[in-house]
Amino acid sequence: MTAAGGGLTLWQTCALSLLVFTGASQFALVGALAAGGNPYTAAAGAFFLGVRNAFYGLRLSQLLALPRAVRPLAAQWVIDETTAVSLAQPTRRSARIGFTVTGLTLYVLWNLTTVLGALGARAIGDTDAWGLDAAGPAVFLALLAPMLKTTTERATAALAVLLGLGLLPLLPSGVPVLVAALAAPAVLWLQGRGKGPEATGRGVGPEKSAAPAGATAPAHPSEDDR
Amino acid sequence: MNFWIAIALTAVGCYAVKLAGLLVPAGVLERPLVKRLAALLPVALLAALTAQQTFADGHALALDARAAGLGAAAVALLLRAPFLLVVAAAVLVTAGVRAMSG
Repeated sequence: MTAAGGGLTLWQTCALSLLVFTGASQFALVGALAAGGNPYTAAAGAFFLGVRNAFYGLRLSQLLALPRAVRPLAAQWVIDETTAVSLAQPTRRSARIGFTVTGLTLYVLWNLTTVLGALGARAIGDTDAWGLDAAGPAVFLALLAPMLKTTTERATAALAVLLGLGLLPLLPSGVPVLVAALAAPAVLWLQGRGKGPEATGRGVGPEKSAAPAGATAPAHPSEDDR
Repeated sequence: MNFWIAIALTAVGCYAVKLAGLLVPAGVLERPLVKRLAALLPVALLAALTAQQTFADGHALALDARAAGLGAAAVALLLRAPFLLVVAAAVLVTAGVRAMSG
């Protein structure tokens, strides 16, 4: 539905769900394209969001011990949900069953709802009048919120927001988001200059996270609320 | 056409990293710094994307009904509302504010 709101055709929307099948990347891609980003930077942003699946795959390959021939097929289903279900199983057999059932169910449902959503959005017409353009950022926020556990993540998010918004008028579409991604190595680097996780939490705080939080608070209620 | 390029690149890239995770020997990605960077990158990207989609109007910054919608989503998240309710809150509040402001 977000995809249709972002100007993609029905075929493009469905291809996205069938071929990409990792929700955060799909939303990111559509969001970046809708914001007028060029296809390469939009794809790069989506790609980075998909990178976490590699880490799921690492754990799953040990857990499931799949034969080599099956791996290329199983790979498409390596996502948050299948990993969570598989990791919760007591035995390898039940983990394999959990992975397969979760993967198949989600794949079918995800693609069905994509078709329905795309058709539905078409029928609704002007999605902006219905407030559907707020669905994208709300989805991102819901994905982001559970990640903001420590000062490190909050500092990274605050810095990324500053970079993303501050550079928006200055750089071509899509580039500010990629520059904002540098907030991650930047915060890690600042942390590395401290003495450990405890010291760096404070070391990063006053200079890098408190300032942006204070600066963004009045204009950005969402940041403030977090 | 441009959209197809983006879709193809994303599909190939996302599939490649999924497969890579299954094929790459552990250890390579097990290094602590790589792990922490991989955990932080989505945070930075999501935060920047959230802010841009809420406060950007083309290349200009704008404060409009979307901000109210995102505020509602944030409140819903703080109240530990389920995912769909969070999104619904954002959509409804945005539509409401827009209807009221004409």
